[in-house]
Amino acid sequence: MSDNSLRVVWVYPDLLSTYGDQGNVLVVERRARQRGLQVERYDVRSDQPVPTSGDIYLIGGGEDRPQRLAAERLRRDGGLNRAAGNGAIVFSVCAGYQILGHEFINDLGEREPGLGLLDVVSTRGEGARCVGDVLGDIDGPLGLPQLTGFENHQGITHLGPSARPLARVRLGQGNGTGDGTEGAYNDAVFGTYMHGPVLARNPQIADLLLKLALDVNALPPADDRWYEALRDERIAAATQPA
Amino acid sequence: MSGNTDPLSPRAKLAVTAGKAAAAVSRAAGRGSGSVIGGRVALKLDPELLGRLAQHLDVILVSATNGKTTTTRLIAEALGAAGPVVSNALGANMPAGITSALAGGSDAKFGVIEVDEKYLAGVARDVAPKAIALLNLSRDQLDRAGETRMLAERWREGLSGSKAVIIANADDPLVVWAASSSPNVVWVAAGQEWKDDAWSCPSCGGVMQRPGDDWFCGECGFRRPAPSWALSGDHVLDPHGSAWPIHLQLPGRANKANAASSAAVAAVFGVPPQVALERMYQVQAVAGRYDVVQFQGRDLRLLLAKNPAGWLETFSLIDPPPSPVLLSVNARGADGTDTSWLWDVDYTRLAGHPIFVIGDRKLDLAVRLEVAGLDFRVCETVDEAVQLAPPGRIEVIANYTAFQDLRRRVGN
Repeated sequence: MSDNSLRVVWVYPDLLSTYGDQGNVLVVERRARQRGLQVERYDVRSDQPVPTSGDIYLIGGGEDRPQRLAAERLRRDGGLNRAAGNGAIVFSVCAGYQILGHEFINDLGEREPGLGLLDVVSTRGEGARCVGDVLGDIDGPLGLPQLTGFENHQGITHLGPSARPLARVRLGQGNGTGDGTEGAYNDAVFGTYMHGPVLARNPQIADLLLKLALDVNALPPADDRWYEALRDERIAAATQPA
Repeated sequence: MSGNTDPLSPRAKLAVTAGKAAAAVSRAAGRGSGSVIGGRVALKLDPELLGRLAQHLDVILVSATNGKTTTTRLIAEALGAAGPVVSNALGANMPAGITSALAGGSDAKFGVIEVDEKYLAGVARDVAPKAIALLNLSRDQLDRAGETRMLAERWREGLSGSKAVIIANADDPLVVWAASSSPNVVWVAAGQEWKDDAWSCPSCGGVMQRPGDDWFCGECGFRRPAPSWALSGDHVLDPHGSAWPIHLQLPGRANKANAASSAAVAAVFGVPPQVALERMYQVQAVAGRYDVVQFQGRDLRLLLAKNPAGWLETFSLIDPPPSPVLLSVNARGADGTDTSWLWDVDYTRLAGHPIFVIGDRKLDLAVRLEVAGLDFRVCETVDEAVQLAPPGRIEVIANYTAFQDLRRRVGN
């Protein structure tokens, strides 16, 4: 973190902000301010260069053609890769998650190169779209409570050896590979299929991003009353028969 | 063929009769108006019934993400000046409901039909409409409707080569993309507050430039067409440049836009804007929307908002602070089961209003409002919220099934 403010970059809202994922930016911003941090938020459109000096980069889900356009423009721009190379935190959802991998299937049915920031490869499922509430256990070393979210995707994402699954699902599909994994992460780069938005449903993940960006082990407590009430309700709804 | 002398074949007549019988049974069983079940039975007996029923009518189709039920009412009211109108005024807007509505109007000259946006291309093929009004397209129920841009693409394919006059909103790039494959388009500058589904050019994928009210793609030639009709404040500008005042009982900018589009449709059928707009004043609440009801000695105004664009337009019409606002959100099948869209709504617009939250998904709303930095109270029921609300008319904003729940409880 430079100066005294946290720089949060919202990547390509013109292309990748279809499923309410801008909520992730709002949650990170809010929880940072509640801890007394100053926040500078940069919304970067796809005809603008991605700044390389950000602390946290967030990318959302989008439709198939905008996803291809976003991958093309991010590859050409190079800013996000440079930022990640500098150690910035990157958190991505759905279409954005696929773009961070080595490749995905684009709207033309072709293999589209991604940014290679996560060791994953995405293909497109032949069966029904994965739609619905998800409940999972977050990967142990992260030390976080259960993952709750909503998935809505056709993609299947396979993890390579240097990516760890973000979670293992109890309910829902996640990566769609049938092995129960959901999402992926390495040191500072995260990907998930969860909407909801995922950081509103899992504020502890937002705090994890803040801790990584600030390089601290703990944050002052925040008022989590409503988040906790929502989590309890969604987890109960996911585990009870309809 | 006998079609010219005998409007409906024996088979079609039988289908209409069977459909009406099924509707009557459904009504008697307390299962709603019966229009959908009636239409389903009739369509099963005669799959081409919809086309046959429409044959003897000048059909006008109305589709959009938001405002189609209201606009259908406004157009029906306006065209009443030129002849009897049959319409699916209750919002049953898929093929079965449409069939049922048309079967009820044997003497009509005009059929004014609201069509669900997913069914527009098919219905437009079946009924050979004279005119089609396209108001807006934006994200809505993405867990079941699929992509908004693909919807525009399906409209475009379905409407290319249509003989209908297309009355389309020049201010919505997705609508313009969908309509511009048609040879005969009347462009209406009807406005569109929500812009977040059209930053990417529907033609080439370039980034859209949006200076002021204009828009164009920075990379290809796709741009806002020159409108022949326009909404300008409280007036409709017609193609001759005359300004006609809009007097509506319905509130808000979006309904003025609906009136402008409706006036342009009415003109296609020879109804002058002045006559059309005067008749539109008759329209009050539409299926309970905008209705002011008394409940526990308080005035409640019931507003339906189903998606981010709808909430945005609704925020612009509510009474200013400190009028109390009651929000209710569900996520049942008809609403879409994903609540993520709440985060695309700018709730900071409600700053200064006392806010009360109810509905199946009140906790999703609570987190949303907390992150927006607003004060609010979560209540179990509308009764509790109304008791706690400070004085003033309560603006009640709800999404689809939450709105139905509210109507049942407050008894309108």
